[in-house]
Amino acid sequence: MSLTLDGGQTAAPVPAAVQGYWGAVFGRLRRDPVALVSGIILLLIVLAAVFAPWLAPANPFQTSMINRLQPIGSSGYPLGSDELGRDVLSRLIHGARLSLLIGVMPVINAFVIGSAIGIVAGFVGGKTNSVIMRVIDVFYAFPAVLLAVALAGALGAGLVNSLLSLTIVFIPPIARVAESVTTQVRSVDYIEAARASGARSLTIIRRHVLGNVLGPIFVYATSLISVSMILASGLSFLGLGARPPMPEWGLMLNTMRDAIYVNPWVAVLPGMMIFTVSICFNMLSDGLRSAMDVKL
Amino acid sequence: MPIYFLKRVLYVIPITLAVSFFCFSLVHLSPGDPMDAVVSPDAPSEVVAMVQRAYGFDRPLPEQYGRWVVRAVQGDLGLSAANGRAVTAEVFSALKNTLLLAFAASLIGFTLGCVFGTLAGYFQGSLLDRLVTGIAVGGVSVPHYWLGMLLVIIFSVELNWLPSSGAGPGSSSDWNFEWAYLRHLILPAVTLSVIPMGVVTRTIRAMVADILAHEFVEALRAKGMAERQVFRHVVKNVAPTALAVMGLQLGYLLGGSILVETVFSWPGTGLLLNNAIFQRDLPILQGTILVLALFFVMLNLIVDLAQARLDPRIQRG
Repeated sequence: MSLTLDGGQTAAPVPAAVQGYWGAVFGRLRRDPVALVSGIILLLIVLAAVFAPWLAPANPFQTSMINRLQPIGSSGYPLGSDELGRDVLSRLIHGARLSLLIGVMPVINAFVIGSAIGIVAGFVGGKTNSVIMRVIDVFYAFPAVLLAVALAGALGAGLVNSLLSLTIVFIPPIARVAESVTTQVRSVDYIEAARASGARSLTIIRRHVLGNVLGPIFVYATSLISVSMILASGLSFLGLGARPPMPEWGLMLNTMRDAIYVNPWVAVLPGMMIFTVSICFNMLSDGLRSAMDVKL
Repeated sequence: MPIYFLKRVLYVIPITLAVSFFCFSLVHLSPGDPMDAVVSPDAPSEVVAMVQRAYGFDRPLPEQYGRWVVRAVQGDLGLSAANGRAVTAEVFSALKNTLLLAFAASLIGFTLGCVFGTLAGYFQGSLLDRLVTGIAVGGVSVPHYWLGMLLVIIFSVELNWLPSSGAGPGSSSDWNFEWAYLRHLILPAVTLSVIPMGVVTRTIRAMVADILAHEFVEALRAKGMAERQVFRHVVKNVAPTALAVMGLQLGYLLGGSILVETVFSWPGTGLLLNNAIFQRDLPILQGTILVLALFFVMLNLIVDLAQARLDPRIQRG
């Protein structure tokens, strides 16, 4: 793993009007059409999630025994209805709330905890580093999906447990990246200078290390959101996450599985949403990586 | 040179112990009494005590762990809480099916990944490159359980070409190399192959592009070497990392097949695990995860050793 810390000075020239590092990154990101489109789609989905109660045409919990499994385009059900006669469009819009939450939260949690672990390990170095990283290594003995399912399965089904298990899944990879980035920064001259001038470790970390390592760790963390979305909805799909009748894309996909023989194209819609969000996060993360000129 | 290999092999011991400790702890992490699946909580206390003794749950935890490890080494992972059958036999008969699925998926995914990645790396920036990169991003972004449903709808429901579930005709779990069985393998294997396809394509594309930008490639071409020979040098440089990535991907497939196995009712470890979770069959849960994790640890070891053999620089690092 190599890393450039030159703040992207080698990348495309930055318009004079844009000031500062983040301004420059944002400027470059805006001129990357793929990242821009992905960002806009994600923004629209987030807005739909926030304004779900006003946007959704119907109550997502309202069942109707006579209107079960309506096809796409039936009157009153623009995207059809599910196995209990609930409006699929409304459930997809409301589902964005929970699906985004359980997909993004684990990465945010793991970003905070994993960075802290990795930065401390990398900065302190020596024996402490070895001990921390060997413990982290143990988690690498489990493929991510297996670890998530094992933890969620052992802790018991439920939203909190699924959040918790995914957070545990993502801490080790983030900690590893944070450790490797921090180890590289640690031996740089200005850190030595700060130490020589008598600055305390915490001050050095806060003022000199964080600014240099958080960027690359952040970019790496964003690349995990896509996997996290798939896994979080996957746990719900298995029945380990969200519980009925909550609208959540993975759970909707599960409850409509039997409908594929009656109404296949309605049944696949929730998966379409997971796919869209997941691919947009991947594209945006790729764009962010080149805009920040981070090589991991 | 052998020091690296020796160190790497010895490193497996602490990892294995830690993994076994983790699997053992899983049972005690879970809320409720592990006994609940075996005997009703309302049963007379003498019966509960008897079953507790039979399963060894009345012993102190460190002793339980010790006994469990000693038995596990001898190949005895206890009895299923749900049906009383031997865990080891259940896990290994399921593992056979999962391995079959994982190998089939890797075969498809690695072949496509190598071809796509090399083409995209060689023709960087071309339309082909963009197309392949798009496919690869799709492969790593798609919720594969959903892709499985999609394939079932197209090839089973609409076209009626391929079966949508099971590992063979009837309910038999003995696999044979016949078309009647192979057709059951196609959809789950294709579904599972998109992830390694995407990852391998992305890795190889990046590596080929990186190698081609090196000066030595320019030098080889300048001295008049045929493009086919230059390609051989590129392959030699890409191979160690590419193999390592593929080895790890195979491991991820073993653990990651749980969702696909659930979609296709494929009788592998994923389905076994899924059923164990919902029946609160903790010995099966524990045993399956232990076996899969140890398999993964061994695979990691083989990958590291193979990579070090192919690329001597690693041993010195």
